[in-house]
Amino acid sequence: MFDFLDLERYDLFGAFWMTVQLTVFSAIGSLVWGTALVAMRVSPVPVMRAFGTAYVNIIRNIPLTVIIIACAQGLYFTLRVDMGSDDQSTAYFRLAVLGLSAYTATFVCEALRSGINTVPMGQAEAARAMGLSFVQVLWLIVLPQAFRSSVAPLTNVLIALTKNTTVAAAISVAEAALLMKEMIENEAQTLVIGLLFASGFVLLTLPTGLVLGWVAKRVAVKR
Amino acid sequence: MKIRKASALAAAVLALSLTATACGSDDDSGDNGAGSGGGGEEAQTLTIGIKFDQPGLGLKTEDGTFTGFDVDVATYVAKELGVDAENIEFKESPSPERENMLSRGDVDFIVATYSITDERKEKVSFAGPYFLAHQDLLIRADDSVGSVEEINDLTLCSVSGSTSAQNMKENLAPDADLSEFNTYSECLSGLESGVVDALTTDDAILAGYAAQEQYAGKFKLAGLSLSDENYGIGIPKGDTELQADINAALEKMVEDGSWEQFVEKNFGPSGYEYEPAPEITETS
Amino acid sequence: MSSSVLYDVPGPRARSVNVLLAVLFVLVLGGAAWWVLDTMHDEGQLAADKWKPFVTDGRVWTTFLLPGLWATVKAALLAIVIALPLGAVLGIARMSDHSWVRVPAGAVVEFFRAIPVLILMIFANEAYARFTDVEPDNRPLYAVVTALVLYNASVLAEVVRAGVQALPRGQTDAALAVGMRKSQLMLYVLLPQAVTAMLPAILSQLVVIVKDTALGGAVLGYSELMRSAGLINANYANLIASLTVVAVIYIVLNYLITSFAHWLEARIRRGKRTTGAVLTMEPHEQTEAGQPTLPTVKALEPPHDRPGDRPGDQPNDQGQT
Repeated sequence: MFDFLDLERYDLFGAFWMTVQLTVFSAIGSLVWGTALVAMRVSPVPVMRAFGTAYVNIIRNIPLTVIIIACAQGLYFTLRVDMGSDDQSTAYFRLAVLGLSAYTATFVCEALRSGINTVPMGQAEAARAMGLSFVQVLWLIVLPQAFRSSVAPLTNVLIALTKNTTVAAAISVAEAALLMKEMIENEAQTLVIGLLFASGFVLLTLPTGLVLGWVAKRVAVKR
Repeated sequence: MKIRKASALAAAVLALSLTATACGSDDDSGDNGAGSGGGGEEAQTLTIGIKFDQPGLGLKTEDGTFTGFDVDVATYVAKELGVDAENIEFKESPSPERENMLSRGDVDFIVATYSITDERKEKVSFAGPYFLAHQDLLIRADDSVGSVEEINDLTLCSVSGSTSAQNMKENLAPDADLSEFNTYSECLSGLESGVVDALTTDDAILAGYAAQEQYAGKFKLAGLSLSDENYGIGIPKGDTELQADINAALEKMVEDGSWEQFVEKNFGPSGYEYEPAPEITETS
Repeated sequence: MSSSVLYDVPGPRARSVNVLLAVLFVLVLGGAAWWVLDTMHDEGQLAADKWKPFVTDGRVWTTFLLPGLWATVKAALLAIVIALPLGAVLGIARMSDHSWVRVPAGAVVEFFRAIPVLILMIFANEAYARFTDVEPDNRPLYAVVTALVLYNASVLAEVVRAGVQALPRGQTDAALAVGMRKSQLMLYVLLPQAVTAMLPAILSQLVVIVKDTALGGAVLGYSELMRSAGLINANYANLIASLTVVAVIYIVLNYLITSFAHWLEARIRRGKRTTGAVLTMEPHEQTEAGQPTLPTVKALEPPHDRPGDRPGDQPNDQGQT
């Protein structure tokens, strides 16, 4: 049944490893950029607030496929941003991480914003009464609590991100979906191949959900 | 009062969604029946499979008509078969679908950069060939690639899953830095700006891009002749009558100079040194 | 907590700092924009012949963009219209008292939510090609709709479940008290109310579906909006311009759907006859190829503390973005 699975020819583990790498780097990138975005959206500077809102509403409404292809066509081919890489495959990998981060950051931003909404007003008022500045209030008091109550929605964002990495196949990143396409073209066992890749993703996303679900309960601020 | 409207709306949406499920599938099967226009010979019409997105070979233009070498050949052959240009229905036949479309009778024949290979001849038959192409590289006009070995040092771009890409990876230049996109045209802006050194596929396809007015003078063919690709007209397997008719039409097309004229018109601006018209080999 | 709680009302010094920050920020943004436009100009990407076709040549719209948009909308509507009843069935099955119904339904929902839509599409396309005689013209549409239905039915199943569970307990108690059976309770009491509450969430899911259709264009060659950019590029060699125009169309389309969802949500919330419960998909849950998410669909409690509905009462801005 699995005789089509020639691991010499099809680098199955390499492909899923690429999926994992894309997920991890994009998760870090989107967390950083998403936090910056939410900081802008609640900041006292109107221009930054406007930028944050506009960014989220624009990027969120564009299909990820368009964003990823635009990264290759616009950034790499036209603006020649090669992300400090020597060869194409590294460049496409980094561009895919950039595109995924830019897109996923909008969802991180929204998750954090609703997390901030769960922090009682008294927390920030007390912090201001002690003379903390906006940055201190946000970074020392509000965001840590917001993060703790955002673990559950952020987990969903992370799982979505894991699945979204398949879009990177459009710019030549050798991850799971690209390999699946190649295998389906060459081999006859469509159903088995489909199930194989499906279960690969179930294996990646299910534990993520369970572990982080447990974490979410542990760290949630009881109010 | 307002609420009533809201819930009525909600109910309507649900009801709609329930009934529309049934309608939806009816709709599709309707399309299915009406859409397959295969085998309309008695009304003197033809359904021909071509590419829609290959400049110079088969391209859908903004007014909904089609241009390119394959289109010109298809139109000429159809005329010889007694069908006027306005009675031809062109259908898009993406590379992986071509055998399927012929075996199921979705199209009468296919003129779409369709290389004659033994593997394909197990599923379909061919007429022709009508053109001899070679795998080649498209490079910037001020570059040059002297030999096959030099390809290993280049940054290449091709289409994922294409035979040209596999040929490069497995035989010609295993060390080349090759990236694969969904379409060839996605490689072009990279080639233009110098991020990619060469785009590889059949020279006829490459010539089509080089001949586009937007890229005039920017690209040229390396002229390496890395493989032989005999473009044939794909027909349903074993249809010897159609094969003979098409072959006769193709011979006439070469004799009366139309072939030369089609090639010049579609590839001329690229400076492509094409092969002379090939001998007909696919006979029964 | 509103954001203004995070900082004091700016005094003269804070105001000048804010102005300085704003100026710096605008300078950085402007610099980046200038660099992008300047480089694009050097590369000839801003040349008039790359952009003019969209303005001067209506045929670009009638031949490529509008049919592409229609294909996108068609696939999205078919997907949601088929996924909705399927999702309702799955969602109700998941709440069943019988474990032989509940467990398989739960497994199906969890399975299809864990798989990327792209993988589902590639698989569906191949399965249709091998095992059915759907003709190639329609196969990408079938594959796109099938994949979107499988995934979104699972998502909507959770929306339905959350919608029913968000209804006040009294509804169930009252129905049972007047002697309704469980099926009657679900059909006549719970579902009709839940559907009202779910409408905004369903519309939000439509945005996800619209974006996901683009996968079908990129991978299966389904002739939707994203792929029409490729066809335009084959004619005019203007991929960047085509992608930009297509992105703007997506933004406008999705913005309209989102605005309609918010309007509807506000309306339902103002309502007197319903429980006023509304399910919103928080924006972070709308994720392309994926959204796992459902469990965070949240039910907003009806505004019990409000004494009736005064006209002009503003809905609170939860979920408003």
